[in-house]
Amino acid sequence: MEDCLAKKMEITVSEAEKRTGRNAMNMQETYTAYLIETRAVESQSEGQCVPVDSLWRRYSEFELLRNYLSVTYPHIVVPPLPEKRADFVWHKLSADNMDPDFVERRRIGLENFLLRVASHPVLCQDKIFYSFLTQEGGWKEVVNETGFQLKADSRLKALNATFRVKNPDKRFTELKHYSDELQSVISHLLRVRARVADRLYGVYKVHGNYGRVFSEWSAIEKEMGDGLQSAGHHMDVYAASIDDILEEEEHYADQLKEYLFYAEALRAVCRKHELMQYDLEMAAQDLTSKKQQCEELATGTVRTFSLKGMTSKLFGQETPEQREAKIKVLEEQIQEGEEQLKSKNLEGRDFVKSAWADIERFKEQKNHDLKEALINYAVMQISMCKKGIQVWTNAKECFSKM
Amino acid sequence: DTSLAEVNSFLPSMPISPSSMTNQYKFEDEPELRDLFITVDDPESHITAIETFITYRVVTKTSRGEFDSSEYEVRRRYQDFLWLKSKLEEAHPTLIIPPLPEKFIMKGMVERFSDEFIETRRKALHKFLNRIADHPTLTFNEDFKIFLTAQAWELSSHKKQGPSLLSRMGQTVRAVASSVRGGAKNRPEMFTEMNDYMETFSQKINVLDKIAHRIYKEERDYFNEMKEYGPIHTLWSASEEDIADSLKGVASCIDKCCKATEKRMAGLSESLLPILHEYVLYSEILMGVLKRRDQIQGELDSKLDALASKKTEKDLFSEDIGKLEDKVECANNALKADWDRWKQNMQCDMRSTFINVAENNLHYYEE
Repeated sequence: MEDCLAKKMEITVSEAEKRTGRNAMNMQETYTAYLIETRAVESQSEGQCVPVDSLWRRYSEFELLRNYLSVTYPHIVVPPLPEKRADFVWHKLSADNMDPDFVERRRIGLENFLLRVASHPVLCQDKIFYSFLTQEGGWKEVVNETGFQLKADSRLKALNATFRVKNPDKRFTELKHYSDELQSVISHLLRVRARVADRLYGVYKVHGNYGRVFSEWSAIEKEMGDGLQSAGHHMDVYAASIDDILEEEEHYADQLKEYLFYAEALRAVCRKHELMQYDLEMAAQDLTSKKQQCEELATGTVRTFSLKGMTSKLFGQETPEQREAKIKVLEEQIQEGEEQLKSKNLEGRDFVKSAWADIERFKEQKNHDLKEALINYAVMQISMCKKGIQVWTNAKECFSKM
Repeated sequence: DTSLAEVNSFLPSMPISPSSMTNQYKFEDEPELRDLFITVDDPESHITAIETFITYRVVTKTSRGEFDSSEYEVRRRYQDFLWLKSKLEEAHPTLIIPPLPEKFIMKGMVERFSDEFIETRRKALHKFLNRIADHPTLTFNEDFKIFLTAQAWELSSHKKQGPSLLSRMGQTVRAVASSVRGGAKNRPEMFTEMNDYMETFSQKINVLDKIAHRIYKEERDYFNEMKEYGPIHTLWSASEEDIADSLKGVASCIDKCCKATEKRMAGLSESLLPILHEYVLYSEILMGVLKRRDQIQGELDSKLDALASKKTEKDLFSEDIGKLEDKVECANNALKADWDRWKQNMQCDMRSTFINVAENNLHYYEE
């Protein structure tokens, strides 16, 4: 395992703070800033108190970082950011970006993002990433200076535009299908989970009404009074317990969401490969047609229909000198084209090799993380049931005393 | 008369053995002391030219001497139960006559003859008769005996013998009038306490009934969402290799939770909801009983007032007054005894019902 940044440096996103400032259009806006703290790990073993470096970043800067990484390393499945807006919300959760619970969950998500990048064998070595963590001022300018935005292919933004690739790589096609399926199934799961959480909340909370009525009823009863009263108390405990239970479950939902967004990143790699392949095929096609043109001019035969051919027939043949000039231009272009094609092919093969390596790494990570998440979910459910057993055992005792 | 144009059986008959009968519901008196066992089952629908109605089979097994036989099987319709109840109320105005299921359900979307409605009604009718059977006084009522034993035509002719509808209405009018005159004036302290208690109890039991229904509804909604939750995991497992088994495992667990939820819901609807409903009806009945006691007292009071202002006709009144005083005393004693008994039963019922709810929840969580 290569030596990655995460091993050398401790990274945390420790705080979130509301700020107000002026945006690009000189209008007032409120946003949240997050405190990134870093500390070198090695020196810690000497028992010294190591100073912590820290700087503040806002969500949009994280986004800029991620865009940079996506463009600069198109063959890597780049870790995703936590969601921009609260989604899969059930009624008790707020959809407001400023809501403290949302901010807290986002803080955790951002820390997770940084850790994932820092432990990636390739990405952790990136200098821009390093300066994101350490350089307070002027980082944005440094990123923009790399000119990465020019490299960004605008065609990728049109998510569903299809490129007719004649010889698609089967593995990538399968992978793209998989990422689509994963996205679809996880979002379905999250939607239903949110509804289930909502309903469960309802069941628990209505039991709280028992508490109030039992208490009022116990006032008029002599023998039943004590039992009723204490049973009511347990009903209140039961109703209150759902808040913690569902808060914990929200973390599970966040883990699933990460992989929902990871599926997008996976898909993006497949798309890039598709585009590469498309460009390659277009270049090859272009080369072939130029060669053909060249041949036709040289031999004087018109094999395929062309407008030029027709016009020259209608308006008279060219002079031999003109033809020679054209042939020469074409020959130059053909040579250029052949070189380009060679380098594109090489690029393509390199891309496939390194992409596939990262995809294998990603697959292992995904299987490990999801298995762990499912286990945690099961543990949560067991704990919820244990709490339920306790409450109802107590309630049963109280009822017996009635 | 009923001509059976079409007979549909809704449910298989319940077993008639005494032990299964005692297992059906926990009754107030010790089962070994009981000598009268009643079941209500086998609803059948009857369609005539004029109407459609349902009859229930009422089976009685008894070792009592005053019954000619030890086993009876008759068919009764809801109207017959209503008749029985009103006869009992007439005969024992200050005893607590158990509630009958309502004629129709106002709020629900339950159809008059839906299977669910019929089953709920059948269970309630069964309870009604058994509560009467367990009551130390009511169980020996003559009309009750006739209800259990008479064939359809015998019952019809017996019904016609009672005071006519008009005279019964007259009684009600007089009763209302005398209560307006006020029997609350000289009401003994004990009955005022009962009244206050019943007012609060009635409020609370109504709220409990609503809460329980609400919980049932929330659980049902939860169950409906859960039904979709498990299959998604199975669907997901189809795209995965490594984690497919874990996902399938989660899916089957969720399905098990679904089944456990179903059981919990069934527990609610079988034990808690009917009992709470029965006591909602009971609270109305008890308010009625207290009013009737007041009326009886009112009759006495008004006669006493009349006496106070007409001293000359003392003799004429004194006999009446004597009778009325006796009547009031009987009524009060009967009510007091019955009240104590009712309270005991209520406590017992509530305790066991809520324990049952707690146990159901325990089983749910354990599963």
